[in-house]
Amino acid sequence: MIMKTIPSTPLILKRAGLGLLALCAAVLTGCGGGGGEGAGLTVGFAQAGAESAWRRAETASIKDEAGKRGVNLRFSDAQGKQENQIAAVRDFIAQGVDAIILAPIVETGWDDVLGEAKDAGIPVVLVDRGVDVGDDSIYATLIASDFVAEGKMAGEWLFKKSGGKARIIELEGTPGAAPAIDRKKGFDDVIGQHAGMEIIASQSGDFNIEKGKEVMEALLAKHAGEVTVVYAHNDDMALGAIQALEAAGKKPGEEVIVISIDGGKAALTALVEGKMNCVVECLPLLGPNAFDAVETIRAGGTLPKWQKVDDQLFDADNTDAAFAENRPY
Amino acid sequence: MGNSSRKPSLFLHSSVLWPALGMALLLLFNLIYDPDFFRIGMRDGRLYGDIVSILLQASKLIPVVVGMTLVIATGGVDLSVGSVMAVAGTLAAMLVASASMPVAAAILIAVLVVMLIGSVSGVLVAYVRVQPIVATLIFMVLGRGMAMRLTKGMGVPIENEAFLFLGGGYVLGIPFAVILVFAFAAAVAVFLHKTAAGLLISAVGDNASASRLCGIRQARLKIGIYAFSGVCAGIAGLIAAARVQSAEPARMGELLELDAIFAVVVGGTALTGGRFSLAGSLIGAILIQTLVWTMQKLGVPSDVTPVPKALVILLVCLLQSPRFRAQLTAPFRRNPVMKAPA
Repeated sequence: MIMKTIPSTPLILKRAGLGLLALCAAVLTGCGGGGGEGAGLTVGFAQAGAESAWRRAETASIKDEAGKRGVNLRFSDAQGKQENQIAAVRDFIAQGVDAIILAPIVETGWDDVLGEAKDAGIPVVLVDRGVDVGDDSIYATLIASDFVAEGKMAGEWLFKKSGGKARIIELEGTPGAAPAIDRKKGFDDVIGQHAGMEIIASQSGDFNIEKGKEVMEALLAKHAGEVTVVYAHNDDMALGAIQALEAAGKKPGEEVIVISIDGGKAALTALVEGKMNCVVECLPLLGPNAFDAVETIRAGGTLPKWQKVDDQLFDADNTDAAFAENRPY
Repeated sequence: MGNSSRKPSLFLHSSVLWPALGMALLLLFNLIYDPDFFRIGMRDGRLYGDIVSILLQASKLIPVVVGMTLVIATGGVDLSVGSVMAVAGTLAAMLVASASMPVAAAILIAVLVVMLIGSVSGVLVAYVRVQPIVATLIFMVLGRGMAMRLTKGMGVPIENEAFLFLGGGYVLGIPFAVILVFAFAAAVAVFLHKTAAGLLISAVGDNASASRLCGIRQARLKIGIYAFSGVCAGIAGLIAAARVQSAEPARMGELLELDAIFAVVVGGTALTGGRFSLAGSLIGAILIQTLVWTMQKLGVPSDVTPVPKALVILLVCLLQSPRFRAQLTAPFRRNPVMKAPA
C-alpha cells in the first residue's frame, strides 16, 4: 500500500513490492484454515498465537476434537495481539456461531466484546487463562490449570525429596505474566514454611532457553558452591539451566536437582536421561474438556466458573522412555 | 555536517572515549563490589570466569552490532535482525537435521537466504524509497513468520557436533564463538579502513545529496549494506542456535534489534547517520552484556532491571553530547561558552 503512492517507482519494483506483500499475507494467514465438514455445531476458536510448542499442542487438540465430534470449527490465530483476538470474537458473533472458545492473550480488556457475545446469546468457553472482568456472567466457564497449585506441587515434591534441606535458584518466567506470578507464589509459599529450605537467588529467564541459560551462567558464577536445586517456571528455562550447569562442571540431576513446569517432550526426555528430577505438568490438551463444556451448555446444563485441569507430576518413579517418546508435544 | 571529507578513524575516534569510560566505571563497580568478577580460571582445558561468560553471551550480539553500525551510518536502521537470526538458525538446523545436509552447505544456504532477505530490504529502501524503519519492520514480521512456518513453530534440536562447535567449541581454551566474532569484526574494520567503503558509507549517511553529486552510487551501496546486515544477523543466529543446542523460531533473537541499536548509539554513532565508530559499537555491546550480567549476579529483581539499563545508556548518551558536556563544565570555565560544538 505504501509503495503504491510512490510515483517515481519503476513498475517492476512496484510489482515486486506488491508480490512481497502478498507473500507476507500468505505466510501470516497460512496458519488458518481447518475445521471439519461434519454437520452439527459451528464453533469459533480464537487462539492467542502459535508462539510455543505448548500452544500449538493446545490448538491441535481442539482441532482434532472438533474433527472427531463433527463440529464445524472456525479457527483464528491472533498472532499474539489482543486487538486481533477481539476482532476475531466480533467476527464469530457476526457469523452467529453456536459457541466461542477463547484462549485470552491477556486478562484485561474483555468486558465489551464478551458482553456483546452474551447479548447475542453465544456462550464463551475460556481455555488456559482467565479474564479479569466486572461481570463474570459474560463467560460460561474457564478450563485452565491452577498455576499456584503447580508451584505448590513442585515445592512439596522438593520437600519430600530433599528432606527439607535445599539451597534453591529459581528461574522465573516473564515478569508480570500470570504463570510466572502464580508458579512463584505456590512454590515460595511451601519453601517459606521450612527453615532448612532457602531460595538463594530468583531471576527471570523470560520463559526461554537462551535467557534461562544466560541467567543461570550469571547465577552460577556467584552461587556454584552452594546451589543444590534449580526450580524453573517452564521447561525451556530448565533445559537452558541444565546446559549452564554442565558447562560449569556440575552434574544436573545428580549434584543439582532440576525441577520444571509444563511437561513437554524435551523435558520428559531429560527426566528419563536423569538430567531433570521433577516435571510438573501443565496440560495443553484441552480439546475434549472444551467441547464437553460446549455440549453441556447447549443441553442447558450449568458449569463451575473454573474447571481446573488435572495436572500430574512426573519424576523418575513414574516416567519411562516410552512415555517420553510418545508425548505428543 | 562538514566532516564527511574525513576518513572515519576506527579506533582512535574520540567518541570511543565515552563508551569506554562507561565500561571502565562498570568494571570499577565490579572491582569494588565483586572482586571475583575478574577471576579467570582453567577447567578441563577451558578458560572460565565472568569475563569469559560475558564475552560468550555477547557473541550473538557482536555480529549484529557490526551490521547495524553500518546500516545506521547510512542513515537507516535494521529492525529485522532478530527475526533474520531466527530464519538463519532454524533453516540451517532444519537442513542439517531433516535433510541431513553437510553443515558447511547448510550454513552456506542459510547465509545466502538471509543475504537475500537483507538485499530485498535494501531494494525497498534504496529504490522504492520505503523508510528503513518500515522496510525492515516488514522483514521483522515476515522473517519471524518464515522461521515459524519452516519448523511448524517447533524448536529444532541440534545434535551435529560441527554445528554445535560454533556455539560451544573451544580453541586454545578460548570459546570459538568469541574468537569468531572478534575476528569477524576485526576483518570488517580492516576492510573499511583499507578501502574507501567506510568513507562512502559515512558520506551517504552524512549528506545524501552531496554524495550523489559526487558520483557515489548510493542505491547499490545501500543494498549491499542491508544485505551485509542480513549476513551479520545470520551469523549471530547460527551462533545463538548452536549455543543452546536448539533453534527456537519463536524466541531466538527476540528484541535483540533493540539491544543492537542501543549498543551502536552508546558507541557513539548517531542515528542520523554519517560518522560511525565500529570500535565504539563493540564496546557498547559488551557494556550492555556486562551490565545485564552484573545486575543478575547482584540479584537485582528482574522487573526493575530495565531501569538501571536505561539509566546507564542515558548517562553514556549524555556524556557523548558535546552540548551537555559544555553546559556541565561551563560553571568551571573562565570564559562563558559561546557556542557548543556541533
